[in-house]
Amino acid sequence: MALTFTPAPVVATPTDHPVLEIDDLSVGFGPKGRERRVVENLTLSVRPGQVVALVGESGSGKSTTAHAALGLLPAGGRIVGGRITLGGHDVTHADDKAFRHHRGPVVGLVPQDPMVALNPTMRVGEQVAEAVRRRGVPKRSVEVEVVEVLERAGVDNPVVKARQYPHELSGGQRQRVLIAIALAGKPKLLVADEPTSALDATVQRRILDHLDRLVADNGTSLLLITHDLGVAVDRADHLVVMSQGRIVEQGKPAQIAESPQHEYTQRLLDAAPGLGRVRRPAPVPPVDDVVLRFDGVSKEFTSRSGLGSRSRARVLDDVTLDVHRGRTLALVGESGSGKTTALRIAMGLERPTSGRVLFDGVDVASSDRRSLRALRRRFQFVHQNPFAALDPKFSVRDLVAEPLESFRIGDRASRTTTVSKLLDQVALPASYLGRRPAELSGGQRQRVAIARALALEPELLLLDEPVSALDVSVQAQILDLLVDLQSELGLTYVLVSHDLAVVAEVSHQLAVLDGGRIVESGPTQQVFDHPEHALTRALLAAVPGLSLKEAGA
Amino acid sequence: MVQYTARRVAQAIAVLWAAYTVTFVVLYALPSDPVSILLNQAGGTGRPSADQVAKIQAAYGFDDPIVVQYWHHLVDAFQLDFGQSVSRGQSVTSLLAENLPPTIALTAVALVLTTLIGGGLAFLATYVGWRPLRSFLHRLPAVGVSFPTFWVGLLLIQLFSFSLGWFPATGSGGVSSLVLPALTMSLPTSGILAQVLIRGLDDTLDQAHIATARAKGLSRLTIHTKHALKNASLPALTILGVLVGATVTNAVVAETVFSRLGIGRLAQQAVLAQDIPLVQGIVVLAAGVFVVVNLVVDLIYPLLDPRVLQPTSSRSLAPLEVAA
Repeated sequence: MALTFTPAPVVATPTDHPVLEIDDLSVGFGPKGRERRVVENLTLSVRPGQVVALVGESGSGKSTTAHAALGLLPAGGRIVGGRITLGGHDVTHADDKAFRHHRGPVVGLVPQDPMVALNPTMRVGEQVAEAVRRRGVPKRSVEVEVVEVLERAGVDNPVVKARQYPHELSGGQRQRVLIAIALAGKPKLLVADEPTSALDATVQRRILDHLDRLVADNGTSLLLITHDLGVAVDRADHLVVMSQGRIVEQGKPAQIAESPQHEYTQRLLDAAPGLGRVRRPAPVPPVDDVVLRFDGVSKEFTSRSGLGSRSRARVLDDVTLDVHRGRTLALVGESGSGKTTALRIAMGLERPTSGRVLFDGVDVASSDRRSLRALRRRFQFVHQNPFAALDPKFSVRDLVAEPLESFRIGDRASRTTTVSKLLDQVALPASYLGRRPAELSGGQRQRVAIARALALEPELLLLDEPVSALDVSVQAQILDLLVDLQSELGLTYVLVSHDLAVVAEVSHQLAVLDGGRIVESGPTQQVFDHPEHALTRALLAAVPGLSLKEAGA
Repeated sequence: MVQYTARRVAQAIAVLWAAYTVTFVVLYALPSDPVSILLNQAGGTGRPSADQVAKIQAAYGFDDPIVVQYWHHLVDAFQLDFGQSVSRGQSVTSLLAENLPPTIALTAVALVLTTLIGGGLAFLATYVGWRPLRSFLHRLPAVGVSFPTFWVGLLLIQLFSFSLGWFPATGSGGVSSLVLPALTMSLPTSGILAQVLIRGLDDTLDQAHIATARAKGLSRLTIHTKHALKNASLPALTILGVLVGATVTNAVVAETVFSRLGIGRLAQQAVLAQDIPLVQGIVVLAAGVFVVVNLVVDLIYPLLDPRVLQPTSSRSLAPLEVAA
């Protein structure tokens, strides 16, 4: 007798009942009747095993949609229309108690910022254990499961990590712990809200790859929220583009990348950083005018730990670099590679352990306070985070005029004229003079920060990740601005970034740092075309949206 | 951890020494005349004879140079000897020892009440969902803080002793006499504690890790107790330390209003009688309490928040690493 064996279908078929169904959803904030609608008439569904990406700029309503699906709308937010169905249950108006039963077994969240999304006073293992226990796992097997799920989320050394506190882990490891927490409930759907925006490009790629694999292995669905169209096109089965609370376009990623129907999608595509696009200004004739020179710079930090044992960390190791006038030098590397320390030494904020930093021939490190202050007029710093770099109590006028006042340049009237001129240079309307940082968007804040840095007419700008805190489309605008200012004013830039895509667009020279050493350097195009070091190749591969560029090419 | 503890203990000893020195300078070295104060105390009338003055100066060591006097007093103080009380003719140390137990009992009960009332109020104010009750509870601590202690004490006596007759109005015998003064002491302090803790809880509940906890499917009560309270309690713990440290000051009013034995009342009498050795003994004791309580708070800190133990150098490095 012949045995007939029919394998059960493993792959989810499109006819499966959706895990998440959002039907004509509207979410409003504010008092009843006069609410501001943040999401309007949104319809989407996520089927078992499907990866759906929700793409849009900040304020497009994509995070609000995700939070509504988890019943975690912030205070004042309310569903004013439509329906949300989770795993077959209508949860549109479920209260917190009722929603609780779906969080964990049906839907899990991978939150945005791993630096703040873990409880700082609780051991990592216990935070995972809470999610494991929710499934009614018997007491004695909880610990085993915690280690198991940490391992599955890609946490290395899970037994040790489980006993540590969040501050003892790196950003990437923390994000993996958060993924473990979400997985521990064995949910049918993972909602990942910008899961990697706060991380380095290479770490970002590893985390996203890992999420992809987990989703494929377990048949879990994934709703991926991102502002980066490149990430979305690389990863999703289905792409939903949102703008101002509405869906403007949805469909197959490849199709959208090739022929976007909506003008907004087109804009996002243009803004997506990638290797194909060149924004580079007209190349300046090679001059031997070195503005800033790192001459064998090393930096060590000593830290005391435990019972008086001292450990030394070499953050910079014999770094030698030249920055030419009117050019942009990019310092690239992962977290902890020493690139920010190099900037701080160039600013005179840290002293090198050995070696010298020469600005226009003057040693910055051995200058006394007074001559350093005079030098500071000639080089300025733009901070990574425009949300933290501006005093919230100051108006735009005061912020930009502050360096002028501090160096006693001009009188009140002439300062106001200068400030207006600076705002014009960074393309902000004069009507913004009286505004405070809280009234500005991230991009506008970074423009104010740049205007402030330009107030003293410096020759050199030190840019510390100037766009990494911004949306992709805003990044593009700020990079455009920097390039324009450079050709207009003949500025020299030192740009620190972990993102090669950003660097590709604006830099002339490139130096790759790893563990405080320069592992590769040269003209940007040359390094991109013939990367020699493994790290450079890894950084290149980590640029999202490669498939998008290939499709477009 | 060992290093952290050693550093805190060393700081505590330094503060104690500084407190002693400052009181010494104020009471002895400033250009006042301790001898005539002492003689006034002794009930002498008219101008003291030169002979009398010399005798007293020799007895108290006032004829030594000030540095020598300071050294002798410091050495004595180290052996817990603060000299003789002028107004009572008893050693300061034995007076303190006699009056300390009732004040400790009073403070302990007041501390428990403060924690229960203040902590409970803060918990409720942030836990209840019904908006009107929530905002009422949020405003309640301000009321507790603004009532003056002596008035609250009189009010409580009026109500619970004279009208209801539940607790005795005065005296220091038995547990029942503790209730009203402890309540008097704890009302304003629990108001302060509640204010700080409410603020801390509100801030913590807004943090991103609370959203993570909610997304796990934990109940509100679990989130409130396991996740929010511990993170919010650090500033509250500091305030609690300051409140306990200020016990002697608080006890002055409560012990006077309720005519209880104790350090507070002793302090009030010592000041009125210009009893310099006794005042100094009490000041050092008060400073000692303050230092010890804050030391305990400092040692509890790392149990609540492991980040406290991070060495400073790596803490200053951390933001750089994030930035890089």
